[in-house]
Amino acid sequence: MRVSIDTEICQGQGRCFSIAPSIFDFDELGNGVVIGDGTLNEETLSLARLAQSNCPEHAIFIEE
Amino acid sequence: MDTKPPVTDFATDWDHTDPQWVADPYPIWDDLRSRCPVAHTNRYGGGWFPATHEGVSTIAKDTENFTSRTVILGNGRPGEDALPAPIGVAPPITSDPPFHAIARRLLLPAFAPGPINALEPQIRALCQRLLDQLGDHEIVNGGAQYAQYIPPGVIKHMLGFPEDDEDLFREFAHIIVEGVDHPEEQRIEEFAPIEEYFIKQIEDHRENPRDDLTTYLLNVDIAGQKLADEHIFGTMVLTLVAGIDTTWSAIGASLWHLASHPEDLKRLVNEPDLMPVAIEEFLRFYAPVTMARLVKHDMEYLGCPMKQDDWILLGFPAANRDPAVFEDADKFIIDRAENRHVAFGLGIHRCAGSNLARLELRVAIEEFIKRYPRFELADPSAVTWAQGQIRGPRNLPLRILT
Repeated sequence: MRVSIDTEICQGQGRCFSIAPSIFDFDELGNGVVIGDGTLNEETLSLARLAQSNCPEHAIFIEE
Repeated sequence: MDTKPPVTDFATDWDHTDPQWVADPYPIWDDLRSRCPVAHTNRYGGGWFPATHEGVSTIAKDTENFTSRTVILGNGRPGEDALPAPIGVAPPITSDPPFHAIARRLLLPAFAPGPINALEPQIRALCQRLLDQLGDHEIVNGGAQYAQYIPPGVIKHMLGFPEDDEDLFREFAHIIVEGVDHPEEQRIEEFAPIEEYFIKQIEDHRENPRDDLTTYLLNVDIAGQKLADEHIFGTMVLTLVAGIDTTWSAIGASLWHLASHPEDLKRLVNEPDLMPVAIEEFLRFYAPVTMARLVKHDMEYLGCPMKQDDWILLGFPAANRDPAVFEDADKFIIDRAENRHVAFGLGIHRCAGSNLARLELRVAIEEFIKRYPRFELADPSAVTWAQGQIRGPRNLPLRILT
């Protein structure tokens, strides 16, 4: 399972790294970035899903 | 003063400055959503108001068919040649692609979470100072004595403007945002002192560079070229205007909610961990900012015969109440877990100051309820809401309870 951010869609709304700072960080423009390779376990999956369901731009994708 | 006829049907004749809309726009939007869903008006030379999340989202993301040349709806429209197009008067908010990306990219690092989060102690100290000044009075004004002082205090420091000019800032912001109804000639006259003031600040910073946003804008370059003074001026105006009435409104509306919903106030006082989700629900439910666009060319769009230079009133607050996207959209749920609200807009014009706005809102509410864990509206009928595209309570008398 892996989470990713589509950088073409992300506009730096800032929800993902506020909700799930263990999974997401921000770059110098304030856009969201995935920490590491985005691999999720059972525990982090629900957090990633929560971030996904709060992204106004629908920029977060989860491969299960 | 107001000689405009009252609105009888918002579907065919909407006016966002109509007293009914100003006082309580939500039932109007619910009604439009169910029967239009894109409302029309002949006022202001013609315009459209999408009431659904889908309509707002579609237009916000469509920079091919809509221009941001002006984002405040008024009687006049800047002609295509009146401005150094495609820069616009206040880049990047009034810029279209491709220039928009350049103007935005150079501004964003100053508003990214890193530098903004560093302001938290300063903002907290400002809020505490304001609360100290409120003292032990039974009635305090959450708008006029608290919320309205927080954003200018922060922005003034960011831009590196004189300490004593806060009142001027608020006056400027008021002129720009709330004077939408004034005739074009009056608008030009009203803008003159604003321009004069900012040019003076730019000159002062050029002579005495210091560590602030103004100096940053003077030094930054696009492909080896310094920014034109018009660009710097426009971006400073944007920072001031977009940063003041907006956040002031969000803080005021949140206080209004807590004053009129004791159960939510109690939960927030007792469960401070709720603050981050509560802030997002305040932003969804009381989103203060509505934007505008102009139609670029005649076209059939969302089933509407749009004409070039028709206005679009882009109601992010209306999108936030759309039941197609939000469960129990008309209910304020303080611990709402899934909240894809669009208070800061959507697409390439996402509010550049959103990190700062969130921080100010959170700290302002945290400090207020720490000082006053119980309060209520002193006189609900005395509360007045701002007219125009920024909605929030201006007069907000609160009774402090012991």
